[in-house]
Amino acid sequence: MLTLQCPYCGVQADETELAPGHEAHLKRFSVGSSDEEFEGYMFARKNPKGVHFERWRHAYGCGKWFLAARDTNTLEVFGTYSAQSTEPPADLVAKIKQKRPDWEGYK
Amino acid sequence: MKPAIEGALRMKRYSVFAIAREALRHHSGWEKAWASPVPKASYDAIIIGAGGHGLATAYYLGKNHGITNVAVIEKGWLGGGNTGRNTTIIRSNYLQDPSAAIYEKARSLYETMSQDLNYNVMFSPRGLVMLAQTHSEVRGYLRTAHANALQGVETQYIGPEKVKELMPIININGPRYPVLGGLWQKRGGTARHDAVAWGYARACSAMGMDIIQQCEVTGVRSDAGRVVGVETTKGFIGTKKLGMVVAGHSGQLAQMAGFRLPIEAVALQALVSEPIKPCMDVVVMANTVHGYLSQSDKGEMVIGGGTDGFNNYTQRGSFHHIEETLRALVETFPMISRLKMLRQWGGIVDMTGDRSPIISKTPLGNCFVNCGWGTGGFKAIPGSGWAMAELMAKGEPGPLAEAFTMDRFKEGRFIDESVAAGVAH
Repeated sequence: MLTLQCPYCGVQADETELAPGHEAHLKRFSVGSSDEEFEGYMFARKNPKGVHFERWRHAYGCGKWFLAARDTNTLEVFGTYSAQSTEPPADLVAKIKQKRPDWEGYK
Repeated sequence: MKPAIEGALRMKRYSVFAIAREALRHHSGWEKAWASPVPKASYDAIIIGAGGHGLATAYYLGKNHGITNVAVIEKGWLGGGNTGRNTTIIRSNYLQDPSAAIYEKARSLYETMSQDLNYNVMFSPRGLVMLAQTHSEVRGYLRTAHANALQGVETQYIGPEKVKELMPIININGPRYPVLGGLWQKRGGTARHDAVAWGYARACSAMGMDIIQQCEVTGVRSDAGRVVGVETTKGFIGTKKLGMVVAGHSGQLAQMAGFRLPIEAVALQALVSEPIKPCMDVVVMANTVHGYLSQSDKGEMVIGGGTDGFNNYTQRGSFHHIEETLRALVETFPMISRLKMLRQWGGIVDMTGDRSPIISKTPLGNCFVNCGWGTGGFKAIPGSGWAMAELMAKGEPGPLAEAFTMDRFKEGRFIDESVAAGVAH
């Protein structure tokens, strides 16, 4: 079972306590943007086989949204961090890079 | 039609006489059903993915369009992906017109598939009931029944008494999941999933097509915006046309070809029980609780569950989804409560934003994609192959595929099956 540590309340939360929220760090496009930009924001997802940054909510705990880095191919969790982040923290990126030398990096 | 008939002459037909002949010579004369050739330098068309959809595409390229210089490339073994991992349900009771058209085409092709391929796919049109267990489902299925009547798909909305008559083992008075009615498709049913892949593979091989297993595509080579071939673990193979039919891994292939697909990969699970005596001769889908139930010819209860909510390529799903499905099915079918479950497995399904497939041209010239079948690909295999073959042969989508193009997401022209049809996803 997938276990993620909630960065707010510190609980090691089982998957059944959590609600998945798909890809993190999406740039939002709305009124005034082009069709391509809006389509990309609405539908195009990285969907990587490997390192993935995603949103989760501690639904049956503190109720807060947070972000996590996880490998979609092994289900390994690299770490979780605050939802108030516009990009993954540098130490987490370094940790992932160490574990996955072939990873092309965030961006 | 012509190449298929020529091919059939080269292929030894299966028949009652063949069984008698082989019985007399101790079964020493059965030939391999398909060849395992070394790849040629180039082909008229390459299809990536030897699952049901890929093999069906190759078959109809040969049968309907006379293109037989074709290779089907598979990184594992044929039919080893989602074709071998589904719950084998066949139905066409969809809400939207384009979906009903392609799924009904597929269902009707399943009816004659065994004769067409000279391979017993064990199609069993035993009937299928989608249970309405909430009032919104009742309204949804009444709407679907009316839509199906207009589309020429034979379905019927039935009350709880008729449901009970069709499946005496059901409990229609459950406290949490009462049965309020059902959408009945008499001509729906099941087929032997492996045999569908094997039958198509045999027919393709007989037409002279190459099915190349254990050959992974590692890159797509293009020149001036047009595809020229694929890099594989068995070297470069040239092609005039390329079809990508790889379900869960479509995103990775698209990346190699330099474009993105509006798809996310998640795990969908299924499981089977120990075999029991025949107790239910229809297929049941309980969409409120994400559970499907049917009895296989071996007597096992085949159960389909729900998808995980997160991206996953591991071919195994979360245990709590199985628990949720079984909890609800046990209330609806109390007699299965003591059954032991024998096997559980997961497949990687490719989900689109509107839960409808993509059969489309791509930004790369002469490269076509067939994906996004999500949780419901098996039932669509022949229709999908038919439509994809037409697209690849003519370069433009035919009537079955024209609504399923990739640009529908930009244009807002969705084929919304996730909400409207109440289909479990």
